[in-house]
Amino acid sequence: MNGIPWKEAAAQPAAVGPAPWRATPPGRWRRALGEAAIEGLLFLAALVSVATTLAIVAILVWESIVFFRSVPLIDFLTDTQWTPLFDDAHFGIIALLSGTLTTTLVALVVAIPLGTILAIYLSEFAGYRVREFAKPFLELLGGIPTIIYGYFALLFVTPMLQKLYPELPGFNMLSAGLVMGIMIVPYVSSLSEDAMRGVPMDMREASYAVGATRLQTALFVVTPAALSGIASSYILGISRAVGETMVVAIAAGMQPKLTFNPTEPAATITAYIVQVALGDLPHGSIGYQTIFAAGLTLMLITLLFNILGHLLRKRFREVY
Amino acid sequence: MDSPRQMRPAGESEVRWRRRVIARRRAWDWLFGLVGVLALVLAASVFAALFSEMLVAGFRHLSWDFLTSFPSRRPADAGILSAWVGTTLVMLVTACVAVPLGIGAGIYLEEYAPRNLLTDIIEINVTNLAGVPSIIYGLLALGLFVYQFGLGQSIASAGLTLALLILPVVIVATREAIRTIPQHIREGAHACGATKWQVVAHHVIPYSLPGILTGVIIGLARAIGETAPIITIGALTFIAFLPPSPFSDPHRLISFDWLMAPFSVMPIQMFNWLSRPEEAFQQNAAAAGLVLVGMTLSMNALAIWIRYRFRKTIKW
Repeated sequence: MNGIPWKEAAAQPAAVGPAPWRATPPGRWRRALGEAAIEGLLFLAALVSVATTLAIVAILVWESIVFFRSVPLIDFLTDTQWTPLFDDAHFGIIALLSGTLTTTLVALVVAIPLGTILAIYLSEFAGYRVREFAKPFLELLGGIPTIIYGYFALLFVTPMLQKLYPELPGFNMLSAGLVMGIMIVPYVSSLSEDAMRGVPMDMREASYAVGATRLQTALFVVTPAALSGIASSYILGISRAVGETMVVAIAAGMQPKLTFNPTEPAATITAYIVQVALGDLPHGSIGYQTIFAAGLTLMLITLLFNILGHLLRKRFREVY
Repeated sequence: MDSPRQMRPAGESEVRWRRRVIARRRAWDWLFGLVGVLALVLAASVFAALFSEMLVAGFRHLSWDFLTSFPSRRPADAGILSAWVGTTLVMLVTACVAVPLGIGAGIYLEEYAPRNLLTDIIEINVTNLAGVPSIIYGLLALGLFVYQFGLGQSIASAGLTLALLILPVVIVATREAIRTIPQHIREGAHACGATKWQVVAHHVIPYSLPGILTGVIIGLARAIGETAPIITIGALTFIAFLPPSPFSDPHRLISFDWLMAPFSVMPIQMFNWLSRPEEAFQQNAAAAGLVLVGMTLSMNALAIWIRYRFRKTIKW
């Protein structure tokens, strides 16, 4: 063997018969069929999510249509009382919306400053070690079940606030909102931080090069560049707060009441749904339909915020 | 913050003035660092307060009897047996439904989906579903599973509801895990004659498994703590019996009667105790809360550990 091995191999006569790399027709058919079947199955799995959305919309709209046949839409939007289970029934969604709005605002007053400060700190100031410890910790905080936060609001935060304001009732929107705010801090901070870390290093370096400090760079360079991501983290926080159920159901009381005073008890849309579900309402009764009308309202609010978030992202998107 | 166009006061030398401005800006920097640390400390102390409050109230009730007794009218005898059995069974159904569907949908979107309108719709839809409040899923389940499908207030209803709820989590985690696999892995497999499914089954799925697993665990941890959708489907809150065992039926090897059984889950049991006025029941709620937090935190910690471990070892 003094030649070049692969040249000798190439000199061998070609194998007789069908080329080995080409599968015989029946095998190829079977394989193609199997591939198509698998692709079809995967496609169906992906369609389940679309079907879920359609089912949600269909159920909410269907039951709400039945509801609005007996309750005029104008009453639903303008009445200031929500007493669907009383003899003198009123269906004013505003009484529930006020509770949702108030608790959400209280939560945002906590979550937005705290979340933003944490995001800026973790992205621009903290060292590697602090960040490696703080990020999983915040994630864990975000993974605690909401009912635990409800317990915390009712049996820890409310008694603590009552020491400061003795006239605070045992159920109030303030403590529910505060705890909800703490609860959504991890969502706001981790999304905002991701957005800030996505800002290219050159921009920071340019800023340092002209003599800016870390804080100036963070506030005047990184934050504006990451604004679209920060804005969407706020929007996510808002929709979390609007849709949050257990904290408000446990700690804010369940009496629907048109008030924007956080020190009073009131029901939110979500708390009302829980309250009705805890009782024993017959399928098809007006009380049963009210929770779907309330759910539809909630869904529309979250949809509104989702669209708003989408527009904000488009408006503030920075292209590097 | 001081404005950059600040004027130098008369009578101060240029150098002194600049030094003063720099010192002040440095002080602001330092101050913000402090505020950041304080914010972290605040988050940590809330966490600590939450934990210690529950520990103090509930630790005395944690015992073997608490785990193996049914709920009772007497707070001292009450336990969480039916609750944790219910949670386990519901999670079993949820995992069996959400894992194949979520991974399948994720693989489809990353590996198969053509660039067209339908794909865009599916993608936008998954993003939006992740933002739908959980109680809305409860309403969906109430209308669809409980009444339309006639499943009633059963383990099957609850499991399916929570499966739909965590589907976006699993899909997004699967997609992110698959996206980190470099294209040349797929090209190499195709070059060896692998079909598309062989590429997916032999390469894409195994390499993205840690990421997918992380997503599945986080999703299930979230499902364990979900209370609102389960309340909405009208699950009973006082269950002093277990669902029928899968091996109880002498005529069948494994019976699925438990799927249709009424049930209770951990958060529901906790909510039930929490809504009673007696302090003794609230201590029970604290003990149940401790078990629940222990479950979710250990699952989350496992997920975080898997992610950190594999992030450090895989190098393409």
